[in-house]
Amino acid sequence: MSVLQEMSPNVKQMRQLEYAVLARQAIRIREELKQGVRKPYKEVIDVCWGDPHRAGIKPLSFVRQVLAACLYPQLVNSDKLPVDVRQRAQRLLQECCGGSVGAYTNTRGIPKIVHRVSEFITRRDGGAPSPPENIYISPGSQWALTNMLKILVNSKASTRTGVLTPVPCHSTTTLSLEGLGAVIVPYYLSERQGWELQVEELQRALESAKGVCNPVALYVINPGNPSGHVQSRKSMQEVIRLVSEKRLFLLADEVYQECVYGENSEFVSYKRVLAEMGPPLSDTVELASFHSASKGYMGECGLRGGYVELVNLDPAVMKYIYTIFSMDTCAPVLGQMALDLMMNPPQPGDPSYPLYDVEKQHIRTALVHNVKTARAVLNSLPGFCCQPVEAGIFVFPRLHIPPKAIQKAKEVGMKPDTFYCSRLLEEAGVLVSPGCEYGQKEGTFHIRFCIMTPQDIMEELLKRLTSFHTQFMEDFS
Amino acid sequence: MSSLQQVNPRVRGMRTSPHAALQSLAARITQEITQEITQEITQEITQGAQRSFKEVIDLTSGDPQRAGMKSISFVRQVLAACLCPHLLKDTSLPLDVRLRAQSLLDSCDGGSVGAYTPSAGLARVRQSIAEFLTRRDAGAPSYSRDVYISAGSQVALMLLVKLLASGEGETPTGVLTPVPSPHTLPGLLDEEGVTLVPYRLTEERGWALELSELHRALKASRGHCNPRAIYVSNPGIPTGHVQDRKSIEEVIRFAAAERLVLLVDEVYQDSVFGSEFVSYKRVLFQMDKVYSESVELVSFHSLSSGRMGEGGLRAGFMEAVNMDPEVTRYVHVMLCFDISAPVTGQLALDLMVDPPKPGDASYDTYTQEILSARATLSHNAQRAWQILNGLPGMSCQPAMGGVYLYPSVRLPAGILEQAEMLGVEPDVLYCQRFLQEEGVLVGAGLHHGGDTHHLRLCVLVPPDSLEEALTRLSSFHLRLVDRFSQCNGVKDKDEHGRSVRLVETTFEGSTVSAQGHNRNE
Repeated sequence: MSVLQEMSPNVKQMRQLEYAVLARQAIRIREELKQGVRKPYKEVIDVCWGDPHRAGIKPLSFVRQVLAACLYPQLVNSDKLPVDVRQRAQRLLQECCGGSVGAYTNTRGIPKIVHRVSEFITRRDGGAPSPPENIYISPGSQWALTNMLKILVNSKASTRTGVLTPVPCHSTTTLSLEGLGAVIVPYYLSERQGWELQVEELQRALESAKGVCNPVALYVINPGNPSGHVQSRKSMQEVIRLVSEKRLFLLADEVYQECVYGENSEFVSYKRVLAEMGPPLSDTVELASFHSASKGYMGECGLRGGYVELVNLDPAVMKYIYTIFSMDTCAPVLGQMALDLMMNPPQPGDPSYPLYDVEKQHIRTALVHNVKTARAVLNSLPGFCCQPVEAGIFVFPRLHIPPKAIQKAKEVGMKPDTFYCSRLLEEAGVLVSPGCEYGQKEGTFHIRFCIMTPQDIMEELLKRLTSFHTQFMEDFS
Repeated sequence: MSSLQQVNPRVRGMRTSPHAALQSLAARITQEITQEITQEITQEITQGAQRSFKEVIDLTSGDPQRAGMKSISFVRQVLAACLCPHLLKDTSLPLDVRLRAQSLLDSCDGGSVGAYTPSAGLARVRQSIAEFLTRRDAGAPSYSRDVYISAGSQVALMLLVKLLASGEGETPTGVLTPVPSPHTLPGLLDEEGVTLVPYRLTEERGWALELSELHRALKASRGHCNPRAIYVSNPGIPTGHVQDRKSIEEVIRFAAAERLVLLVDEVYQDSVFGSEFVSYKRVLFQMDKVYSESVELVSFHSLSSGRMGEGGLRAGFMEAVNMDPEVTRYVHVMLCFDISAPVTGQLALDLMVDPPKPGDASYDTYTQEILSARATLSHNAQRAWQILNGLPGMSCQPAMGGVYLYPSVRLPAGILEQAEMLGVEPDVLYCQRFLQEEGVLVGAGLHHGGDTHHLRLCVLVPPDSLEEALTRLSSFHLRLVDRFSQCNGVKDKDEHGRSVRLVETTFEGSTVSAQGHNRNE
């Protein structure tokens, strides 16, 4: 009695991540290392996820102290913790149902926290109001995005729903779309221009969708993942005009907004740009923007806290959004609190501020240093070309793979860039992910790795990569 | 998507439970009370408050900690130490707490609860769960590869339903579902475009599951859907019925014969009074090979219910037995795009399945806390059952497990009429009135058709809250029955002995809109 034959076709078409192959390999290698098998390296450097803690970054003390006190309130009274930590924990606990992080909360999130998210957004966007009833806290931004897609993707229509999606794009979004039976309409970011989004390309993509599907939404990631590009105001205005003209719903994934370090780059939110464009656009363009506690200096991916803010949605539609979100009780309470702490960190004068500031600066300095070093090293290696990285926590260099290697990859049944990553893992103990996971122009190859790591780990990584790459190019020349 | 027409029709068709509207009302009342109290203090209003209650008692959420029950110390201490590892050096924390926290952190990537985990959950926790299941089922083996961690049992259930749901244009998938069932279940099935095939539980037999009814339901479904699975909750939600071995075997044989996947919600397995809980897996493995090696069974458990009560930490798991490895592959893929079980929740699962043992420093406290909560639940269930059965028109089956009581209520004709006029379900109206007049929130039962209505009460609350709530319920219910049996001088039978329609002539303001139970806000 196998279910397979009868499994949902939408699910069947979801492709398996390339990562799965590499993950299995990594497990085997780690096992072998544990058993003392000799290798040219002592441990695997895992930088394939956007996961700073996995890569060795330490959590921020303030955040962890407050959360620990919320979990185990006896700590609130102990003098082991700084006064502001205890006060913050006390206030957060009072705001929870039953004074406990173990109780469910309202669907949208703990009301006072939702309020403070709203205040954060207003501050960030130079005063543009952000009504709390338009905000939903969710277990990570992807969850909220999937919920929005469930509303947008019409699974019963004879013409399938299309969503414009960037190439490259991180895989969780594309997987969600596949699982919902939507058609992915790719628009190619322009690598030579630092992965810029060009509105002509959006037009072309829309043209290509004619007769194939009904495009209802445009998904944008700014700052880009994996591209690291920060959109200019002008570009964002063009996008807004386009979605207005074509009546597309704008999904703006802005989870990397905290991590901007490019010299001439500044993050400005889609909501702000939209507000500044004034009516009629500011009153009509439908926008959902996403943020998260997983990225940025906090890097608390495991706690699962994110939110979506909805702008200009029909109240009747908002009703259904509530329905969808209420199917899952609520975001984990600790995740909600982590979000709150991210938006309301210690201020100068608070007892925790000095340590908080030091830790944050340390991470930021490492990040900026790593970006510089990684780019320099990559660009010095023959066959690699890395665009400037203005934001985010990844580099996504282009890689030229020699024809002999492409052939060998075919023989072992792997995509060429996956093959490169597999060899890199095996021979140098470095786990990165292949560009095919994110989409790339036909015939081009890339790798992606996380650069939010301690400096010494990045240096070790680059050393291993350099020696591996040189050997690889020799072997397959 | 400015037009309603463009919202995914499947979402538009989702059934919502009336619970959300009732909860909103409760929240509003609580807010009003807070304002009133503030006003009283600042303006020194000495006249009595217009309300007879000072705070709302919530008996619906099945969320013990929201209701005021305490968490388990061992769990909170370990998790705090995992979040804040420098606490590992704090000797005021028991040794076993610190050792466990260290061990758990070692299994996290980067030694941090802030790192992502594999999509099916931390390997170490999956292993702990497998070992727990094997112990629980007297040696019937469970394997970590069959265990999947998710952000709560509902999420795992949604994944399975999604897997089973057929594509467009084909006959929709059907899932046999009990009536009554958890109130979120219909909406969940609607979301995936799956047809709910109801099978009625037998109230007079303590909400037992009848094989003949399963057959009837299946037969009735043929032609308009393709039934692929049967959902069972054991202990029953909200009925509290605990299936015996014989009943479980019957269901398993039925599922085998009809080629249905068994989806068994066992989240209240820790809260069984009197009789013994035996899992579907255990029964399955004791049956003949023709069943034990072929019946596809997925069972669900969670942090949210029973012993742990840690809903806010969001974690649960499912065990999939006899699942085709190809299907397993897809489960993993689907878990990939929903990376949502928080690490702290996963670690709490480890603590749930592998608690302190005799000899451990925390053992005594842990045991005391567990026994105390269990005693409270048992006492509350008994007490509530007594009171409810004593009220006119109310009848309650004894709860054998779980945290709910589900009494039937024969509502006076006047309420039925009022409900019809307002466009709401009568039991929802009852709950609204109860909430407004006495400040107690109980849940409305799912409508079964005809004259039967039910209420749903969660009894895992501090005993004095329950006592207070039951007092208010008695008072409200008696008043209501009384009010409707004398209508300002109009007798209920006229001089010829014919029954006269009973109508309540005093209206109380109701804040329910005409859309009643479809309203979400």
